[in-house]
Amino acid sequence: MTLSWQRLVCFGAALGMMAATLLPLSSEPTASLVDRPALLLATLLTAALYSGAALVGPRLSIALALAGVVLSCCVTLALLRDSTIAGYATRGVWLPVLATWIAAWLGVAKLAGVKPHDKTASRTIDLAIPLLFGAFVFYLWEVAVRGFGVPTVLFPPPSAIAARFFGSPWMLWQDFFQTFILGVLTGYIIGCGAGFLVAVIAHRYTFLGRGLLPIGNFVSALPIVGVAPIMVMWFGFDWPSKAAVVVVITFFPMLVNTLAGLNAAGHIERDLMRSYGAAHRQTLQKLYLPAAMPFIFNALKINSTLAFIGAIVAEFFGTPTVGIGFRISIEAGRMALDVVWAEIALAAIAGMAFYGIVALAERATTFWHPSYRT
Amino acid sequence: MTSSRLSAARPAEIRWHPTVVRYAPVVVIVLALIAIWYMAAILMNMNIVRGAFERNDTSYTTAELIAGTLSAERPLLPAPHQIIETFGDDVFGWPVTSPRSLVYHSWVTLSATFLGFLLGAGFGVILAVMIVHARTLQKSLLPWIICSQMVPILAVAPIVIVVLGAIGLRGLLPKAIISAYLCFFPVTIGVVKGLSSPDPMQRDLMRTWSATQAQVFWKLRWPSAVPYLFTSLKVSITISLIGAIVAELPTGAQAGLGARLLAGSYYGQTVQIWAALVAASVLAVGLIGLVSLVERWVGQLMGARK
Repeated sequence: MTLSWQRLVCFGAALGMMAATLLPLSSEPTASLVDRPALLLATLLTAALYSGAALVGPRLSIALALAGVVLSCCVTLALLRDSTIAGYATRGVWLPVLATWIAAWLGVAKLAGVKPHDKTASRTIDLAIPLLFGAFVFYLWEVAVRGFGVPTVLFPPPSAIAARFFGSPWMLWQDFFQTFILGVLTGYIIGCGAGFLVAVIAHRYTFLGRGLLPIGNFVSALPIVGVAPIMVMWFGFDWPSKAAVVVVITFFPMLVNTLAGLNAAGHIERDLMRSYGAAHRQTLQKLYLPAAMPFIFNALKINSTLAFIGAIVAEFFGTPTVGIGFRISIEAGRMALDVVWAEIALAAIAGMAFYGIVALAERATTFWHPSYRT
Repeated sequence: MTSSRLSAARPAEIRWHPTVVRYAPVVVIVLALIAIWYMAAILMNMNIVRGAFERNDTSYTTAELIAGTLSAERPLLPAPHQIIETFGDDVFGWPVTSPRSLVYHSWVTLSATFLGFLLGAGFGVILAVMIVHARTLQKSLLPWIICSQMVPILAVAPIVIVVLGAIGLRGLLPKAIISAYLCFFPVTIGVVKGLSSPDPMQRDLMRTWSATQAQVFWKLRWPSAVPYLFTSLKVSITISLIGAIVAELPTGAQAGLGARLLAGSYYGQTVQIWAALVAASVLAVGLIGLVSLVERWVGQLMGARK
């Protein structure tokens, strides 16, 4: 058996877990780990798992290391529930956290190095790595906030945010409906649709296309979000003004990308369509639009994030008393940061889901494109 | 016989000069848009002006009404000449240190833009270098970086300001951080693409010369990433400007183009909003031009062909 640095690190992590049983847990008087038999057993089991990970073959060692990480996370989180430890944590808590961090990094690094021949297995690994990484970041956040006793007003731990998130679903749903369904989605559909139609017309009449393309490119580079106050003035405080901002923001990227896409069809294909005697509508339907699809989806993806930003910006210039942007600015002013984070989580999930749906639609529609053929 | 008739049927094509072909459509469409704008201004401001006339019980002709719509003090849609006039007044009419001067507000926003751009671009490049060299990071971090862009930044902005304010940071830095958060992404993606753009043959060549990883980086990867870097810098500097403007909204900033937009919307000063928009557009164009200049200069240093 060779003594690689990875094995040494594993042993080090195991040693850290062992040593932690002897160190003081808190600067306040509290029961030591030896007096908490369940946790002591779990800590020793973790140490055993880490040292096991150092001894066995590569595949099994990943599983052992990650099992140890999960166990040790449970131990430290359980310790921090004790009010004599939370806020006063010392080496007895931080050493296992550090050992776990190292073990987790090693486990994920090994997992990233695995190259399975099976396609589904490799896809699962590609999905698992970022998820593990993210989960561990949340764990560190939770442990750091509770261990150091950071005031929850300033930086609430993820558990408090999750409690708030699942605790007030009705408020979140109302905000989501107001901002996303009414503002973003309406504006997105109108803006993208209008951009698409104008691009098709501009493609039909070359003169219009030649004039619109440079103008569209120019306007795309401008900070258009600034029209938000004007739209609020024109369309009032409720959702139509948000939808209007989204329309203006999404129009130009769609126009420019669709025009570029419609011009992407090759000469040979165009000549072929002409030799078939195809009418413009037929050529558009059978050649130009399919060729433009990747460009159109590109614009749809860009717009999905732009639209959300636009709607929330517009809410800063005046809203009825509902909406994600409204809630965030109000609750941040009242220092209720757990509500703010819950709204951010909502916005993040909605944004990712929106983008994900567009990306899935892209895969379903442009499956023939070289970038998806492997 | 038939062939001659065919050629006769086709009218002689007029050949325009390439400059005309290129710019004529743009000019025509810009003129058309301005005409549409004036029409819209007349139609949208009609009610305001008519209301004003009727309140004062003055009789008016159609010509007076139209003239009124184009010079109303608080129009729904100001006419282009009004915007340009106000823009000129705000830029040249006041000393640059006065809070009424648009130059002053532009400078406040511009300094946040520059700082945010430097932070964001620097962070983006470092992240890209790390991602290219560590497979674990590429697999674990890259998906989260992409996800981070789907979080509407403005949602996070108030928190950034509250948290940074609690540790005593106010003013420029919170704005710069928000703008950096927005603009690092294109740089990271572009540079990752650029650093991995050398093809396997070139990398194999470096290996046959037994080049170290640092040498491969500085002599092969980095030079081939430079064009990608500048393409993404151009995108990212306008985003950085947007970030700086947007960051001024929830902070309740006193100065800056975003503050100007906010004040304009509170007091119904439409023309002021439009003037601030024009200033933001001028800044955006100027910033892109600046990056292009640096790009050309760096290209010359690196021996690019013109």
